[in-house]
Amino acid sequence: MNFPILSSLILLPTIGALFIFFVRSSNSQYQSSKYVALFITLANFFLSLYLWIVFDKSIVDFQFVEEREWISGFVNYKVGVDGISILFILLTTFITPICVITVNATIKNRLKDFLIAILILETFMIGVFCSLDLVVFYLFFEAGLIPMFLIIGIWGGERRVYSAFKFFLYTLLGSVLMLVAIISIYWITGTTDVIKLYELGIDSKYQNLLWLAFFSSFAVKTPMWPVHTWLPDAHVEAPTAGSVLLAAILLKMAGYGFIRFSLGLFPDASLYFVPLVYTLSLIAIIYTSLVALMQEDMKKLIAYSSVAHMGFVTLGIFTMTQQGIEGSIFQMISHGLVSAALFLCVGVVYDRLHTRLINRYGGLVSIMPKYAIVFMVFTLGALGLPGTSGFIGEFLVLMGAFKKNILVATIASLGVILGAAYMLWLYKRIIFGKLINEDVKKMVDLKRFEIVTLWLLVLPIIFFGFYPEPLINSIEVSVANMIDMNDLDKINKLALGE
Amino acid sequence: MEYLILFLPLIGSIISGFFGKTIGDRLSQLITCILVSISALLSLFIFFKVVSSGYEHNAIIATWINSGSLNVDWSIKVDALSAVMLVVVTLVSSLVHIYSVGYMSHDPHKPRFMSYLSLFTFAMLTLVTSDNFLQLFFGWEGVGLCSYFLIGFWYKKETANAAAIKAFIVNRVGDFGFALGIFLIFYIFGTVNYDEVFLKIPEIIDQKINFLSFKFNTIDLICLLLFIGAMGKSAQFLLHTWLPDAMEGPTPVSALIHAATMVTAGVFLVVRCSPIYEYSELALSVITLVGMTTAFFAATVALVQTDIKKIIAYSTCSQLGYMFFAAGVGAYNVAMFHLFTHAFFKALLFLGSGSVIHSFKDEQDVTKMGGVFRKLPYTYALMVIGTLALTGFPFLSGFYSKDAIIEFAYISDTKFGIYAAGIGVLTAVMTSIYSWRLIFKTFHGDYKNKYLSIDTMHESPLSMMLPLVLLAVGAIFSGFLFKELFIGHDTMYNFWGESIKFLEPLGKEHPPTWFLFLTPTLVVVTIPLSYYLFVKNTKIVDEIVSINMPVYIFLQKKWYFDELYDQIFIKPSKSFGIFLWKKIDGLIIDKFGPDGISNLVKHFSFKAVKFQSGYIYQYAFIMLLGFSILLTLLIVK
Repeated sequence: MNFPILSSLILLPTIGALFIFFVRSSNSQYQSSKYVALFITLANFFLSLYLWIVFDKSIVDFQFVEEREWISGFVNYKVGVDGISILFILLTTFITPICVITVNATIKNRLKDFLIAILILETFMIGVFCSLDLVVFYLFFEAGLIPMFLIIGIWGGERRVYSAFKFFLYTLLGSVLMLVAIISIYWITGTTDVIKLYELGIDSKYQNLLWLAFFSSFAVKTPMWPVHTWLPDAHVEAPTAGSVLLAAILLKMAGYGFIRFSLGLFPDASLYFVPLVYTLSLIAIIYTSLVALMQEDMKKLIAYSSVAHMGFVTLGIFTMTQQGIEGSIFQMISHGLVSAALFLCVGVVYDRLHTRLINRYGGLVSIMPKYAIVFMVFTLGALGLPGTSGFIGEFLVLMGAFKKNILVATIASLGVILGAAYMLWLYKRIIFGKLINEDVKKMVDLKRFEIVTLWLLVLPIIFFGFYPEPLINSIEVSVANMIDMNDLDKINKLALGE
Repeated sequence: MEYLILFLPLIGSIISGFFGKTIGDRLSQLITCILVSISALLSLFIFFKVVSSGYEHNAIIATWINSGSLNVDWSIKVDALSAVMLVVVTLVSSLVHIYSVGYMSHDPHKPRFMSYLSLFTFAMLTLVTSDNFLQLFFGWEGVGLCSYFLIGFWYKKETANAAAIKAFIVNRVGDFGFALGIFLIFYIFGTVNYDEVFLKIPEIIDQKINFLSFKFNTIDLICLLLFIGAMGKSAQFLLHTWLPDAMEGPTPVSALIHAATMVTAGVFLVVRCSPIYEYSELALSVITLVGMTTAFFAATVALVQTDIKKIIAYSTCSQLGYMFFAAGVGAYNVAMFHLFTHAFFKALLFLGSGSVIHSFKDEQDVTKMGGVFRKLPYTYALMVIGTLALTGFPFLSGFYSKDAIIEFAYISDTKFGIYAAGIGVLTAVMTSIYSWRLIFKTFHGDYKNKYLSIDTMHESPLSMMLPLVLLAVGAIFSGFLFKELFIGHDTMYNFWGESIKFLEPLGKEHPPTWFLFLTPTLVVVTIPLSYYLFVKNTKIVDEIVSINMPVYIFLQKKWYFDELYDQIFIKPSKSFGIFLWKKIDGLIIDKFGPDGISNLVKHFSFKAVKFQSGYIYQYAFIMLLGFSILLTLLIVK
């Protein structure tokens, strides 16, 4: 067996967390624990980059598979990656160090504990994206709740306890059903190994119920309408780094789950429930865009816009076309970058003025020009301007949707207009206009670490907008295989009378 | 060479955008001007190469999107159509760059301004040189973005910001249709490359498609959806509301973006897609109808506006209407010809008005000007040339292109042909009246400005006058010189080659002689008439206005479109957003969802708490009660 690269990716952050935990804490060493965290997360990023480079994009099978017996005859610890999951791992390892860099400004107390929470969270998130066993997946998926719950509950704002519990209640409720479904799958097929399940297939008479159980969990995490109301609250109360991780990665676990499990394990049920998903996605796109338009709190606005963007993701996945699914994955990666960046941008001004109310700002461009530039790029990314990564995802999703249902694609396209409206209006209210408030006039432009973090996000957003090939290339084979294997193109073929 | 044309402006934009502070105002102005000028010279060279040898070239720069069956490249396509656009874009752009050096001399953000102008040029060039619909869309939204930046350039002005957002959003509405059109094209043909799509068009003539429960002919639907995009970008009737507001931007921007180049992108799109439109009678009729409605509507509004830039903006809107109805009657080459000549004289008028505004220290209201033709002789002369060209005074450029449109409308056998020609003549007369009204109010009559003494009036610097002179040369000669090339009947030599498709060659017969003389005569007659009305005897106009007050206000308010849209779209969206947020999210989902559940749990646990009172006699009593019920049940059974 080769070097267990995936397990290393998973375990490295935990080792770092333990290291920080055992280092004696005193104020002077807060900095050193930050450097440890930064070092670990960067090492993890380069490791995953290496993984991406050596990964063979032309092969359908899972690669770097590791299997160890865990509970004999029941669960094996099994991990592996294909072209889809590897992108999410990269996203995770890319965003985490950025979060670590920003903690200085936002976290005033118990920095050490915060870093430990982030590192543990990274372990779980990477675990989610590479586990190939349902039980292992479930454990990582749910365990991810705990550090996030703590991040919101301990380092959050005024209403942090309410938000943390709301977050926990919602997400746990769905998960319980998923656990039941996983146990049932074991009873039906005798295995929880994803690869074996792909080969075996699940009898279609069980699929609908199982699909619904998985769906209830994923829908909450996505979040889809109408179980989205925890997200704005969680974002508003979470500290900046928490919001970034939540928006950029935690939300993507559900989208990933839809592709890997809902489509992969229950193709018939997925087809059956397409109308449901379409409807909820469309409501999410239009409804939350309208709500976002009227928000007075920056974080809430971006949180609602996240719901709308994830609406495109769920829509794209269930078009079950090559463009739709690839668009969804691309949209998830892009949204991971853009929303992370937007929350960082909110964090930047929040650190200076300690308010998130939009109308307290205005005219920032005169005193914070550097900030205005990067914020503009992210705004454009969020509204899906061609030349940013946001465009590619949205456009591919809509293209896929149009193939399946013209009405759905038309309504979803309306969301693009609204998206421009709320983002530009937000930008205008914060950045343009006259400088009126005295305390706003005293704000200083980006500091060096802020410039570094924000430009690190600007570059991929623009690069992948002009040259998305590296990402699409990586998922192409896996997505095509997913569609072929489960014959998801059925509807197309029926429609064309083949 | 094509690469240079395309990327020089981008390089200029990057240099002056990112390093403007370090290299200073002068240098960044110099660099952007030189780079765009080189690009213009190269474009001219390409143009002559196309004219002389029918040069065509399609360069692939790189792959853009490659997903499943969707393959899109970054490309540079040069043919007759894009060569014309290259010349228009780079030429006007370079003149505007030079002009801006003078016009923005008091502005603190010169490098940023130059950077936006160059970036716009780059985006516009990617638009016109695309070989597929997706890159076209990239350029399309790119120019929209630059337009947004430039309209909102003076970011401290509330109105400028509002206008910028409005422009972007209204354009997005158009783009919504455009995007759906692209989806449909991809759905039907499996490709978005022009040549491949155009090749397959004849195969699907009779194909029907269900769209929003209506049955459409597929080609009709594609054409209509694409045309919605064109309407947004070219400010056609119903989607025109952003263009007048866009005048909040600096005047060079209005000349470049909102007169000569960006707003003509819609016309370009229709002409580029002539191989599709030729098969759709319905779409062509719609285009004719929309075009002439716009031409008429905008001209009526222009009659009563008092803001010098808004008059010209509505005039642009109206002229774009002309281009569309030329395309609608199948005379794509005439549409392109008018686009070409219009770029010169409209840019001239805008830059001239900029020179006037500059002299009046940012005053734009024509009722506060007047009597300065002696003080600003060159500006005056140049503006008069622009006006003559615009109104179609014989042998100036507008005469050839606009009259050609009206003639082709007259002889075309489409449904709206004659009707369109009638509206065309009527609008031409109105055009002449409002244009001369502008000239006379601005330059003749009494001096009416209270804040500035007439002695402070002075001509603008050379950097502003030079571009005006060059544009004036274009406005005078471009019609005469290029008439044969663009719309000539000589079948031996076809300049357009494959870039424009005519299913049937355009009719060669001429309209009756009286009709040929009608428009020019009317146009000439209106000059003294306008002079009499707006200078000599203004009472008549006042009387007409006071008699027809409701009509006047209706026109003054621009047919109430802004108010209407506010009521129909903006306010309901906002209140609906609030409703969804506060009522549905807050009162229904949260109340019955998480809060409801936690309250329910709390409620029951409170109840449960009460059971545990700790009094032994209560426990004993309950036990006894239960025991007796159980016993009763057993006995009854």
